[in-house]
Amino acid sequence: MLKDWINKGRLKSPWIVHFDCGSCNGCDIEVLACLTPIYDVERFGIINIGDPKHADVLLVTGTVNHRNKHVLKNIYDQMPSPKAVIAMGACGLSGGVFREAYNVVGGVDKVIPVDVYVRGCPPKPEAIIDGVVHALGKVKAALEAAG
Amino acid sequence: MGKLLLATIAVILAPVIGGLVAGLDRKCTAWLQSRVGPPILQPFYDVFKLLGKSPMMMNPWQILTVWVYLVSSMLTVFLFFLGSDLLLMFFVLTIGAVFFVMGALSTQSPYAQVGAQRELVTMLTYEPLIILVFVSIAMVTGSFKVSEVFTYGKPLLYQLPLMFVVLGYALTIKLRKSPFDISACHHAHQEIVRGVLTEYSGPQLALIEIAHWYDVVFVLGLCALFWATSFWGCAILLVVTYFAELVIDNVTARMTYKWMLKTVWGWGLALSVLNLLWLYAG
Ligand code: SF4
Repeated sequence: MLKDWINKGRLKSPWIVHFDCGSCNGCDIEVLACLTPIYDVERFGIINIGDPKHADVLLVTGTVNHRNKHVLKNIYDQMPSPKAVIAMGACGLSGGVFREAYNVVGGVDKVIPVDVYVRGCPPKPEAIIDGVVHALGKVKAALEAAG
Repeated sequence: MGKLLLATIAVILAPVIGGLVAGLDRKCTAWLQSRVGPPILQPFYDVFKLLGKSPMMMNPWQILTVWVYLVSSMLTVFLFFLGSDLLLMFFVLTIGAVFFVMGALSTQSPYAQVGAQRELVTMLTYEPLIILVFVSIAMVTGSFKVSEVFTYGKPLLYQLPLMFVVLGYALTIKLRKSPFDISACHHAHQEIVRGVLTEYSGPQLALIEIAHWYDVVFVLGLCALFWATSFWGCAILLVVTYFAELVIDNVTARMTYKWMLKTVWGWGLALSVLNLLWLYAG
């Protein structure tokens, strides 16, 4: 019974830590827009928490480069499992317009495993919320597979 | 025997009530900010999720400190419903708070360190006030025992209205509401992340949350002492007080610890002295 409740909690309270790998701020503004009264993601129990140790979902925006990939990896490692990663925006997916630059690694998935990709430059808040819902769908599927 | 049973039931029910209060708190906050807000049961989802996360602690100390914090919070609720001594409860409450800070201090993280220092200042601020409130209650009723306060014929609020305001200050600090949430703010991402809570994670964080719920119940119980004669009076007092806390939480921004120390001690002591003088004169 306790396990049922824990699983229910996992689906109902994804706490997000938002890491900006040097984005142009376009994606970050859209993430913050999700918290405003119009979208109000707290309805779904989503909180933008500042601490990787409390977070369940890592939301990465911007281009990963050779300097900040260590930071990204570090933040990912600090999150207790189960955890999910969402890569956001063209930059997060592949490096976007900056992908040819000499210091750019490419997408977030070159450094840490990514569960959900949210497209756009920048993505709409609806798309971001959709991304979190997708991540939760994956968590749910994993939970069901585990029994 | 009856009292023991009541106290045991209270200890079992307190987290449920505390969790519901926390849920209502978040719902009301959302309402004040014209949002929809999370479901009322959201705090329970959060805690169960945290319980299911893989444990990740910096050192074994943290486990001990968290458990001591939880047990001492449970013990305060137990003692309160047993009708025990207010001073005893105060000491037990302090032990819990001190261990909680020690857990944060035992880690290397500068965020946790800063948060712990601020939490210590916070404790320094509210503890003298709570003691003053207890002493004034004892001056009116002639005893520090909760059971005797409950048998005192009149609502204490008539004789100690200013002390209730002082308790309100302590309440705001203990519940970590703005403008006094300087040690573990929910919204201070950029500054100290989560302060004292930074290094606690997963199951430990869940236990801290549960201990906080016990604290909420205990503090509301203290408020209830001020109108112990009638059920409805007591209920109205609690609802109005908590709602006032919520509004204050939402309309104020965070302040510095120096401001907190000055304001709370200044006003708290002034109000206490006024009330006690009035009690003597009257
Ligand atoms: S995807 Fe577009 S909006 Fe987002 S960080 Fe990159 S350039 Fe900026």
